[in-house]
Amino acid sequence: MSDLSASKIQNNPKYHQLVAQRDSLAWTLSAIVCIMYFGFILMIAFAPDFLTQPLSTGSVVPVGMPLGVGVILVSCILTAIYVRRANHTFDPLTDEIIQESLK
Amino acid sequence: MRTWKNACLATLATASSLLTQLAIAADGAAPAAEQPINWHAIVMFVIFVAITLGITYWAAKRTKTATDFYAAGRGITGLQNGMAIAGDYMSAASFLGIAALVYMNGFYGLIFSVGWLVGWPIILFLIAERLRNLGKYTYADVASFRLQQGPVRTMAAIGSLIVVIWYLIGQAVGAGQLLHTLVPQISYRESIVIVGTLIIVYVTFGGMKATTWVQIIKAALLLGGATLIAIGVMAHEGFSFEKLFTDAVAIHPKHMEIMKSVVPIGAKANPIESISLGLTLMFGTAGLPHILMRFFTVTDAKAARKSVLYGTCFIGYFYILTFIIGFGAIVLVANNPEYVTDITKNILALKGGGSMPAVYLSHAIGGDLFLGFIAAVAFATILAVVSGLTLAGASALSHDIYANVIMKGKSTEAQEVWVSKLCVIGLGILAVLLGIAFEKQNVAYIVALTFSIAACANFPILVLSVFWRGLTTRGAVLGGYTGILGSIGLLIIGPTVWTKVLGNGPAIFPYDFPTFVVLPAVLIVAYVASVTDNSESARKERAAFDAQKVRSETGLGAEAAASH
Repeated sequence: MSDLSASKIQNNPKYHQLVAQRDSLAWTLSAIVCIMYFGFILMIAFAPDFLTQPLSTGSVVPVGMPLGVGVILVSCILTAIYVRRANHTFDPLTDEIIQESLK
Repeated sequence: MRTWKNACLATLATASSLLTQLAIAADGAAPAAEQPINWHAIVMFVIFVAITLGITYWAAKRTKTATDFYAAGRGITGLQNGMAIAGDYMSAASFLGIAALVYMNGFYGLIFSVGWLVGWPIILFLIAERLRNLGKYTYADVASFRLQQGPVRTMAAIGSLIVVIWYLIGQAVGAGQLLHTLVPQISYRESIVIVGTLIIVYVTFGGMKATTWVQIIKAALLLGGATLIAIGVMAHEGFSFEKLFTDAVAIHPKHMEIMKSVVPIGAKANPIESISLGLTLMFGTAGLPHILMRFFTVTDAKAARKSVLYGTCFIGYFYILTFIIGFGAIVLVANNPEYVTDITKNILALKGGGSMPAVYLSHAIGGDLFLGFIAAVAFATILAVVSGLTLAGASALSHDIYANVIMKGKSTEAQEVWVSKLCVIGLGILAVLLGIAFEKQNVAYIVALTFSIAACANFPILVLSVFWRGLTTRGAVLGGYTGILGSIGLLIIGPTVWTKVLGNGPAIFPYDFPTFVVLPAVLIVAYVASVTDNSESARKERAAFDAQKVRSETGLGAEAAASH
């Protein structure tokens, strides 16, 4: 990488826009995963009775089971959301920034 | 190519001598107490081995440069890498292990399924693309990008090697026990030697290309096999989850406790341990060297990103299946005299040990043929994981320690690959020897050890170097060693090693998972050591952050994919 291109990119407002947009999406989604997962873990640690109560009267299935499976499914959905945003928004912006730096 | 042919011939010779031994045993020379030979399993092992050796031959002809060897020429697509990630990550410990945890403890096993998955979104959001943009072959490339090569790479390579070697021991012991239980005519030691020989052949000749395809095939087999078992279980239960869980509660000797206990059954509830376990599983996943290495094999950051999406979906689906498999085993395997050692004493204790529920479940569902298939899948699983580990360990030794620390970047590519192949052979032999040495040892602490070091040393230093301008060499090195030594030290004085393995009485540190103490300590040490570093080199390292950030965010200057 030439230093010239790098400094051109650093002075390009689109670069700062890209970093800001991607950082805000990445850290927001990371926070959602952490809140969801550590919420589950903290319930295991401090409120196991809530997680192990039956889903409905007469059922043996504890509330924690659909919640745990839900954490797995939501994690997959959040990764899909990130990939979609990145493919549609971040990649074209990155291409523009690189093209402009080579001029 | 001549060496390759010799190696192939040697492997075939070993295999045929084993088959001859089996045939002699089958002729009835052995007393009546001998078990019949599991021909289904053996035939399927042999088919798998033949296909993978064929792929290795194909890959060997196409492996010429260092980039081919370490990173499959960076020609792997997103979908292929997603499958390979799943194949690299879904070890026998997660297939047989989670099923066995659920079989013994019910609901508690779900914590592992969830914890081992949630590291993946974090890898995608924070690590995968930046790793591809900054690195060449190892995650140490990224951690040391703007820092001093010698000390940072040494620390990162030590972290990688400890994780790789202990992970290898766990896999080798698992392989020995599994193969020996399924085909008693092959001894524990022979099983480990077969695994060691095969992975040395795959990795030295086929490098990352062969490793990737072994992992892809294994992932397809494992996902297919687990799906069939889960369908079998659900068909038996009339496709009703309610009936599955009700039957499991009725059969399991602890009954409703398997739905009520959030710790292993019989253990005391321990909130801090639960939190520490949660931290370890999540962040440990994001610091495993053999997993991080997979992101250097794809064409660009976009493919790296897609591969995590595919990988996460495959792994999440698989973990939901293992949960069904565990409960299915309670219903169909427990209390069945064919599988249980002594039904009058304990209806859960199985012949061949604690990791067998999933394997016997396949027999209960589909008889000998299906058991043979699942046994071959479990064996393929171990081979794929061990190949990935061996390559990651060899790259830490050759690329980080030899080429960049000892030779300071002055070695040729050919020398580096040559050293790497020697390291593969060395690690393969080491895995065999340690696997044999640890046969009778209690290896229950291996998951805690490997994931703790990955979560407390590899992961935080990687993230800090990519995101925090202030990190200096001093901060990275002191922080990294705090993670490595802190994890090992607290594990040694913890309950599993101090009390159960060493027999020293009550543990000095009362928790099995030290991450909740060590991870904050690492962050504090790395922060304080960095901000108090006023040296000239530290100033330069902070100044180099902007150029690193441009490359990590845009991919400008990233390693290109090979043209062929």
